[in-house]
Amino acid sequence: MLIRRAADIPSSEITDHKLYVRRREFLKAWGLAAAGVAAGGLDLDAQAAKRPAPLEGVVKGPFGTTEALTPYEAVTTYNNFYEFGTDKESPARTAGSLRTRPWTVQVDGECNNPATYDIDDLVKPHALEERVYRMRCVEGWSMVIPWVGIPLGDLIKRFDPTPRAKYVEFTTLNDSRQMPGLRSLVLDWPYREGLRLDEAMHPLTILAVGLYGVVMPNQNGAPLRLVVPWKYGFKGIKSIVRIRFVERQPVGSWQKQNASEYGFYSNVNPAVDHPRWSQASERRIGEFFKRKTLMFNGYADQVAGLYAGMDLRKNF
Amino acid sequence: MAGARAVRFVVKPLVFAVSLGPLAHLAHGAAFGSLGPNPIEAITHGTGDWALRFLLLTLALTPLRVLTGWNGFARFRRMLGLFAFFYAALHVLTYVWLDKFFAWPEIARDIVKRPFITAGVVGFAILVPLAATSTAGMIRRLGGRAWKRLHRLAYLAAVAGVVHFWWLVKADVSRPRAYAIAFAVVAAARLYAAWRPTSGTTAPAGSRASTSASR
Repeated sequence: MLIRRAADIPSSEITDHKLYVRRREFLKAWGLAAAGVAAGGLDLDAQAAKRPAPLEGVVKGPFGTTEALTPYEAVTTYNNFYEFGTDKESPARTAGSLRTRPWTVQVDGECNNPATYDIDDLVKPHALEERVYRMRCVEGWSMVIPWVGIPLGDLIKRFDPTPRAKYVEFTTLNDSRQMPGLRSLVLDWPYREGLRLDEAMHPLTILAVGLYGVVMPNQNGAPLRLVVPWKYGFKGIKSIVRIRFVERQPVGSWQKQNASEYGFYSNVNPAVDHPRWSQASERRIGEFFKRKTLMFNGYADQVAGLYAGMDLRKNF
Repeated sequence: MAGARAVRFVVKPLVFAVSLGPLAHLAHGAAFGSLGPNPIEAITHGTGDWALRFLLLTLALTPLRVLTGWNGFARFRRMLGLFAFFYAALHVLTYVWLDKFFAWPEIARDIVKRPFITAGVVGFAILVPLAATSTAGMIRRLGGRAWKRLHRLAYLAAVAGVVHFWWLVKADVSRPRAYAIAFAVVAAARLYAAWRPTSGTTAPAGSRASTSASR
């Protein structure tokens, strides 16, 4: 399959500095914690100690943005993860009950190497890359997050999809003992999402295992989550337990809940409003004024070709 | 009457101060950065929540008065109703300023195109004349019956507020449903209070806003 790749970061800008020694970003995050101390008596050491273990051997990946990172504190306390409650503060509070090891991912459907893989066997053969991506939520806010992960395309090649595979369907863990939010039937559990195979193979698409150089916090979708930066955040399915190759377009959980509001593609598009609110602008977390939302969340150079000739108003 | 004096000089100022609590909490949070990663959203939701809470609380006062027989409840109706309007006004101001930055054409389009915003604007539009006619002078000018009829619109404002919230949420309607249930209970209690056989309770003596206005 030929994938058009454009406007990449020149290789000269790609450094292989390990993430855990990137002082500036850490200092920035610590600055936020210090502001918290001034305000509400937060304990700086406690904040730092709460971070998961650092990931080793992370190399700087392509497509990085130079925009200011959203502080670690915000990235890990403002989450939409309905399996842990429907308000944004809940996941950080309640996701401690999620057990991320041992963890297996069932790979099946139209592929030649179906199996139930241990997560470490899945991830280990690949170099962990840091990808600094914009994340635009369908609700109208956005963040810049330094994910750590592996290109999904590399993984898919190992599974060797058959010619009948046109789409990939992902499924989240469905265990109400670990995920208290599953007891309220706000969505049709388990959470499901899907991509077209070429979207899944696109070099921008990653499976993330961490952020800010540390192991993925549970509330952000540990141990394995999808990141598709040109789509609204809800496409980035969390805590994945199953990857299935299928011939027909899968139906995502939000699409099933309200097909007129959440389409299969859900590409970030300032010209196509959510029926109940405008998508023309967004509030970057930490900023006062709103900014204009960019077509494909600013990744049009890389991904617009995937949708050539399609009516994006219809295929929203 | 010692009870009336206690209400006027102790309980009322106390309720007034407590009613400013949510505003103090939001102002403190905004000043010291403790409203979470999206403070403007927290202010929007906080002021909207409290507008609805004060409105429902205000509507609960008359059934409470009739059902408990304590006429003192009527003395808090105007104050709490005005707090509902106050928090609703802050809620609207937050939207117009911090969300839309006074982009009036965009706001107009929102009101026309987005049903949940239409419902919210209807609710607020109803509260404006109610707040404007809340003074003793206006009650006198309008006459008790007309004033009473006008202020029954508060129920409609509450319905609009609940609908506004319900149409806003993406999937989890549990909180707007809780408000809807609270409204249903208050409205049912009001109907029961109005129609029960012993409803000959006299209006509370000396309560200015309610002598003419109470049921």
